[in-house]
Amino acid sequence: MGRVGIIGVGQSAFVRGYPGSIRELAYEGFKEAMEDAQISNEDIDASIVCSAPEYDKQRSPAGVLAEYLGLIPQPTFYVESVCSSSSTGLKVAYSMIKAGLHDVVCVLGFQKMSEISSAESQERMGRGADIQWESPFGTMMPAYYAMYARAHMAKYGSTEEDLALIRIKAATYGQMNKKAVYRKPVTMEQIFDPERPPVATPLKVFDCCANADGSSCIIVASEEKAKALCEKPVWILGLGAASEAVNMAGRDLFTGLSVAIEAGKQAYEMAGVGPEDIDVAEVHDCFTIAEMMAYENLGFAKPGEGKELIGAKETYKEGKIPVNVDGGLLSKGHPIGATGGSQIRTIVLQLRGDAGPMQVENPEIGLVHNIGGVGLYGNVTILGRS
Amino acid sequence: MAKGKKEVDDRFGRFGTVSFTSISKVNDFIDYLAQGKVMGTRCKQCGATHFPPVADCAECLSSNVEWFEVTGTGKLVSFSTLTYGPVGFEDDLPYAIALLDYGDYKVFGRIAKDIPEKELSIGMAMKTEPLTLPNGQLSYVFSKA
Repeated sequence: MGRVGIIGVGQSAFVRGYPGSIRELAYEGFKEAMEDAQISNEDIDASIVCSAPEYDKQRSPAGVLAEYLGLIPQPTFYVESVCSSSSTGLKVAYSMIKAGLHDVVCVLGFQKMSEISSAESQERMGRGADIQWESPFGTMMPAYYAMYARAHMAKYGSTEEDLALIRIKAATYGQMNKKAVYRKPVTMEQIFDPERPPVATPLKVFDCCANADGSSCIIVASEEKAKALCEKPVWILGLGAASEAVNMAGRDLFTGLSVAIEAGKQAYEMAGVGPEDIDVAEVHDCFTIAEMMAYENLGFAKPGEGKELIGAKETYKEGKIPVNVDGGLLSKGHPIGATGGSQIRTIVLQLRGDAGPMQVENPEIGLVHNIGGVGLYGNVTILGRS
Repeated sequence: MAKGKKEVDDRFGRFGTVSFTSISKVNDFIDYLAQGKVMGTRCKQCGATHFPPVADCAECLSSNVEWFEVTGTGKLVSFSTLTYGPVGFEDDLPYAIALLDYGDYKVFGRIAKDIPEKELSIGMAMKTEPLTLPNGQLSYVFSKA
């Protein structure tokens, strides 16, 4: 059985309040990926649609999107693991191709978070975790990650200033990314503005990514098809995935995400590489602390030493392990179902040398770390040029 | 078969500021709370303790569980004070969510309203206390041991 390659990538601009329907939003990422792959709709054997359903008005969006994108009568279905939905979709596509069921599969991630009113959105935020045992206390996503931040700070002496450096890095590259929702620089003074109370102590507004509307599309193919259709396919070298207790009470680790450690271990083993072999990475920085923990969970830094990595700017483009040099979720925005696909797109562009002003020098191997919920699901994907 | 309304045991709807579910096989948790007890479950077959309580033990596939009371003190694992809350929690703001580690199990909940954040530190001993909220709902909070 041959390898599996990525032959086309695309994403819409990530925006606030997309002026169109979900099918039109999905079309934007799809069109870019199809033009990138230079294939026609008939070349695609199946499609996998990925989003978090709580933002959808449309029941079962897969069929609606497949029709609009000209992907019927081929099989289509829906995959969900909240914020990591589209990297889960990639794993499913890989499995179907490896199994010999299909040769070319389209993984379409989307989220129109503005599809529902802000009141409806506020209501859903309360149901983001264990609705029976945690939500009745009034929990929110930032507060969970804030608990991890507090535990990390207590154990390792990391500080709010260390986290601020991660936000400043994200903004450095967000300014270069035409698809990012937040394209302005961010300063220490803004981050520590006393007029802006913390969202959930110790996390402040700038420690949190923004909601956005967006779509992403990854076209995956068998080795034979990839070589026939594409000049520079990027190969899937390793896939890891894990899950964790939804309730904090069921967990043991609060200074890192166990799913990232486990998924990373699986992906490194499958790819036959280690953290030192990664030339460029995309990590799930829904909050600054999430990127700090990712450095340590993926082995880019030892536990507790993530602060030294960002402090020495080693995760900048010129550093020893460039991370989120497209602005990350912090600057790009986080349209839940589209996010993993956007991260994969960034690494594919990097490995092909097509990343423009964000290009890292000659990367061979890249990594994508995509987390669903507060470390509830974790996917780590390793991609390579050869 | 006789017609008539089937009685629904929806006691769980009384849990927390806003409850998002009302029917569960561990609804007795609510009666215990009303009696001033925070209770978890223990599997009678394998002895595994569970908090939050569960009706079924997935490890040994037994539903033969008994209740135990959360007593003594736990260590504060982490906490965060929210200044924004979801719909229905506006009147509670600001409030702190937290996790206590009791050794065999952990308890997720809220810090008692009268404890300022500056008096909290990771590792400190705290206890879990039942509470009736102003809206009549039942809950529990963590207070200093």
